[in-house]
Amino acid sequence: MAALTHLSLAEARDGLRKKAFSAEELVAAHVQAVEAARGLNAIITETPEAALAAAKASDARLAKGEGRALEGIPVTVKDLFCTEGIRTTAASRILDRFVPPYESTVTAKLWDAGAVPMGKTNLDEFAMGSSTTTSHFGPTENPWRREGDNRPLVAGGSSGGSAAAVAAGLCLGATGTDTGGSIRQPAAFCGVVGLKPTYGRCSRWGIVAFASSLDQAGPFARSVRDAAILLGAMAGFDPKDSTSADVPVPDFEAALGQGVRGLKIGIPKEYQADGMAEEVTALWEQGKVWLKDAGAEIVDVSLPHTRYALPAYYIIAPAEASSNLARYDGVRYGLRVAGEDLNDMYKKTRAEGFGREVRRRILIGAYVLSAGYYDAYYLKAQKVRTLIARDFEEAFGKVDVLLTPTTPTPAFPIGEKEDDPVAMYLNDVFTVPASLAGLPGVSVPAGLSADGLPLGLQLIGRAFDEATLLRAAAALEAAAPGIQRGA
Amino acid sequence: MSLDKATVAGIASLARIRVGEEELEDLAGELSKILDFVEQLEEVDTENVEAMASVAAMELRRRADEVTEGDQRDKILANAPEATAGFFTVPKVVE
Amino acid sequence: MGIQGATGEWEIVIGCEVHAQIVSKAKLFSGAPTDFGAEPNTQVSLVDAAMPGMLPVINGECVRQAVRTGLGLKAEINRVSIFDRKNYFYPDLPAGYQISQWTHPIVGKGEVLLDLPDGKTRTVGITRLHLEQDAGKSLHDQHPNQTYVDLNRAGVALMEIVSEPDLRGSEEVGAYLRKLRSILRYLGTCDGNMEEGSMRCDVNVSVRRPGEPYGTRCEIKNVNSVRFAMQAVEYEARRQVDLLEDGGTIRQETRLFDSAKGETRPMRSKEEAHDYRYFPDPDLLPLRLSEDCVEELRAALPELPDDKKERFITEYSLQPYDAGVLVAEQENAAYYEKVAKGRDPKLAANWVIGELFGALNKKGVPVTASPVSAEDLGGLVDLIADDTISGRIAKDVFAEMVETGKPAAAIVEEKGLRQVTDTGAIEAAIAQVLAGEAEKVADYKGGNR
Repeated sequence: MAALTHLSLAEARDGLRKKAFSAEELVAAHVQAVEAARGLNAIITETPEAALAAAKASDARLAKGEGRALEGIPVTVKDLFCTEGIRTTAASRILDRFVPPYESTVTAKLWDAGAVPMGKTNLDEFAMGSSTTTSHFGPTENPWRREGDNRPLVAGGSSGGSAAAVAAGLCLGATGTDTGGSIRQPAAFCGVVGLKPTYGRCSRWGIVAFASSLDQAGPFARSVRDAAILLGAMAGFDPKDSTSADVPVPDFEAALGQGVRGLKIGIPKEYQADGMAEEVTALWEQGKVWLKDAGAEIVDVSLPHTRYALPAYYIIAPAEASSNLARYDGVRYGLRVAGEDLNDMYKKTRAEGFGREVRRRILIGAYVLSAGYYDAYYLKAQKVRTLIARDFEEAFGKVDVLLTPTTPTPAFPIGEKEDDPVAMYLNDVFTVPASLAGLPGVSVPAGLSADGLPLGLQLIGRAFDEATLLRAAAALEAAAPGIQRGA
Repeated sequence: MSLDKATVAGIASLARIRVGEEELEDLAGELSKILDFVEQLEEVDTENVEAMASVAAMELRRRADEVTEGDQRDKILANAPEATAGFFTVPKVVE
Repeated sequence: MGIQGATGEWEIVIGCEVHAQIVSKAKLFSGAPTDFGAEPNTQVSLVDAAMPGMLPVINGECVRQAVRTGLGLKAEINRVSIFDRKNYFYPDLPAGYQISQWTHPIVGKGEVLLDLPDGKTRTVGITRLHLEQDAGKSLHDQHPNQTYVDLNRAGVALMEIVSEPDLRGSEEVGAYLRKLRSILRYLGTCDGNMEEGSMRCDVNVSVRRPGEPYGTRCEIKNVNSVRFAMQAVEYEARRQVDLLEDGGTIRQETRLFDSAKGETRPMRSKEEAHDYRYFPDPDLLPLRLSEDCVEELRAALPELPDDKKERFITEYSLQPYDAGVLVAEQENAAYYEKVAKGRDPKLAANWVIGELFGALNKKGVPVTASPVSAEDLGGLVDLIADDTISGRIAKDVFAEMVETGKPAAAIVEEKGLRQVTDTGAIEAAIAQVLAGEAEKVADYKGGNR
C-alpha cells in the first residue's frame, strides 16, 4: 500500500476513476502514513474516522460513476480553517478547545468536491511566523534533513504542517494560508509546490483572520498540476466575503498544457538581496535558462520599492492582527483565565492564551495604530504599499510573469532565529512584496542546496491570472530535476 | 524609536495583555528593534501618494435586507466559557 | 437661554450626538433580525458574535436609509465613505472593535430647524452623520457579581447624528430632539422610540461667560428620553457653574445621567484614557454612491415637517405655532388634513389641537388609535359650521364620541341636542321648564339663591 502515498493527486484521481484502487484503500494508506509520521508533528488534530467514512461515501459515488473533482482524495487542512464539529485551534492555547459550529467556505468547497479530510495541520500560532515553531502544540519538523546532519529543521511557516504533510506523503494535497509568504516559504523549505492565489480569489470566510488585507488561502501539492486541480476546487466567488472577487474560475489544469513559448518572464533586479546564499543566486540563474529554453523571453525589470516591502508589511500585518485578535477575550469562546475583575480577566486570559510572538505582534500593532503614531507608521506603510503595487503594475506592462527566488536560504534548524524577530522576518523578504500587492505567487521546488535541502523558485503573476502563472510553473517544474527526499 | 518600559506597559494595557514588570525590559528592547526596522520607511518619498484602501480593485457589494440567520442560541453559546440563562456572563462591570 | 450664577450670567453650550437605530429587517453587516425584545442571544449571527473567521457584508437598505436621512437633514451626501474600526474592549462589543466611520462619514454638513415656542425658528448645524454598528447589551443588575451579556442588539445599524454646539439651553435641546425624531419618523429611517433605546442621545455640555471661548465640556452618555436630556442639561450646567464659581475647574469626562436622582455622575468604566486606534476596516472596501442612486432616493423623499408646516401656513392660513404642532407627527398631520378638507381649516385645527390631542393625551394613545376618526371629527365640525349645534354643546358631543365612538350626528339625534334657532319655540320651551320648577323659580325670585 505504501505506493499509494507516493502518487500524485492527478494519478490518484485517475486511478480511482479507473478503479485501480478504492478510495478506502487510498485513504487507509494515508491514515497509516499519518500515524507513522507523528514524530513530525505536522498534524494537530487527526480525523481518521471522518476520513474513512468519507472514503466509503466516495467509493459509493465512484461506483456509480458520479465522482467529483477531488473524489476520494485525502487532503489536510491548515488548522486556521474553521471546520464544523472539528476542533480549530489556530495553534493557539486561547482556542485549544474551540469547536466551530460552521465550516469555512474553502473547506466546504473541498468536501463538496469529494475531498477526504485527514486532519488539521500545525502552523505558527495565528499564522504568525515563518517556521511553525510558535505553535502552542510544538514545532513541526521538516521531513528533510541536511546531509550528514541529523538536527531537525523547520518546515517553514506559517503553514509548515501542511507543507510537511504533503512532502511526507501524509496526504495528496493540503490547504494553507499566505499572508506574507506562509504558503510559498514552507513549500520551498519542504520541496513542494505552494500557491498563493490573487487576493480575493479564494474566500476568507471561516478562516481565522491574521491580517485581513493580506490573508489568502491556497493549495500545497507535490506537483504543479495537483496545485492547479486543488486551486480549481478552492477558488470562487463568495458573497459572504466582501473582498471576494466575482470573477470566473478558469480551468487551471487545462491551461497547463499551453507551455511558455512567447511568454515574457521578468527578472526584478532588486531581488538580488544582500546575504542571499550563493546557491540561491545560482538556482535563480538556472531558472532563467530553463524558461528561456522552454521558449520564454527573459526581460530585466525593476521593482524599485522592493526593499521597503518588509518594513511596510511589519506595520500593516501587526496593526490588522492587533485588531483581529481583540475578539479573543475569554467572553464568548476560547480560554478564560479568572481575574479579580473584568479587565484582570481580559489581561490574564490574553497573556496566558497567546504565545510570545503573537503578544509581540499585537503590541506592535496596537502601538503603530495608537494616537499620534498612526500617520507615521500605518498611513505611511499604506502609502508605500501603493508604491509597491505600482511597481508591479509597471513591470506587468512589460512582462507576463516574474521569476525570483522564494527564500534567501533553505530551511534552518529548529531553534535558530528564535530570539531575533527581525532575522526571522527576513525569511519573507521575497514573498512579502507580492502579498502587499495582492498578486498571485507560486513556489516551485527547483533544486537542492549544497547540503541537500530543497530550494524553491517563485513566480509572480498578474492579478487573477493564475492560469499563466501555473503555465510558467509547469515549465519550470518540467525543466528542473525532480528532487527526491533523502537522496 | 526606542520604547521605554512605561510606554510598553501602556500599550500592553491598551491591548489587554498582562505583562509582568520583569518582562518589560526585554519586551521594550524587542519592540524597539522592530520599530527601528520598520522606520526605514521614512526614507521613502510618499508626498502625493494615496494610501492603499484595498488591493481588491472592486466595489463594495451590498446585501439585500433579508433575515438569513438567527435563532441559533445553542450555536452561539456552545463554546462559551460561562453562560447562564441564555446570556454570556463576565465578572461584574461597574458603570 | 443662559443661567444665572452668583457672579453673573453664564451661557450654556450644548451639542448632541444622537444614535438612531435604522429601520431595517436585518443588521448592518449580518443577516440576523433586528426585532426588539426577543429572548437573549436568539437574534445573533455568527458574525455578530465575532466568531473566528466571520466577515461583514453590508446591508444595502441600511445605506439607503442613511442617505435618506442625510437628504432629510439637507446635508451633503458623501459619494465615497470609509468604514473604520474603533478598537476597545467591552463584553458587549464582541469583535473588540466597532465598525464605524471616522474620517469619511457617509453624510456631511446639514441642518435642523428648531420650532421654538414663540413660533420662531432657529437653525442648528449638523456636523455629520455616519453609519456604525450598535453594541450588545450588558445587564449589570441580574447577579451580585456577574454582568450578563445579550448580543441581540449587537450589529444593528445605527446612524450617529452629530450636531454643532449650537444649542443654548435645555428648551432648545428638547426642541432639537423632538424635531430630529420627527424628521426620522417622517423618513421612516428610525422609529425614534427612546424608551426602547432605538434613539439615544449623548449630550455634550459646557458653560462660558457670554462672548468667551467654549469651556471644557462633559459628555453625558445614553440619555433615553427628551425629558431626561433636558433635566441632564439643567443639572449639568448648574453643576459646572457652581464648580467654576467656587474656583474649581471642569474636568473633561464622560458622565452618566441617573434619572432616578435627576443628576449626573462620572462613569467609572470610562475613566481610562481612550485610544480607539481607528483604521480602515480591511474586511470592507470604500462605500461608493452613484449620483443616480442619491437622486433616486431624493426624488422619493416624503414631504418633510418643515415643508409641510410651510404648506399648512399658506394653504390653511394657520399660525406657525399651530402648524408646527400639527406636523410634528406625520399621522397627526394626515389626520388634520382629512378633517380640514372642505371645511374651515382654522376651526379644524382648533378641534384637532385643542380637543382631540387633549383626549388622546388623556387616553395615552396615538392618533392612529384615536376613538374618533377624522371623518367623524369632520362631521362634528360640520354640525358646528351649519349651526346645528353650538361650540359649547359640541364639546359635550365630542366627549360622548370619545367614549362611544359614535358619529356626532347620531349623538346629536339621540340626545336631541339639535340647536334650535326659532325664538318662539325657545320661549315656549323655557316657559315649560320654568313651570316644572315653579318652586325654585319662586325661591330665586325671593332671593334664595
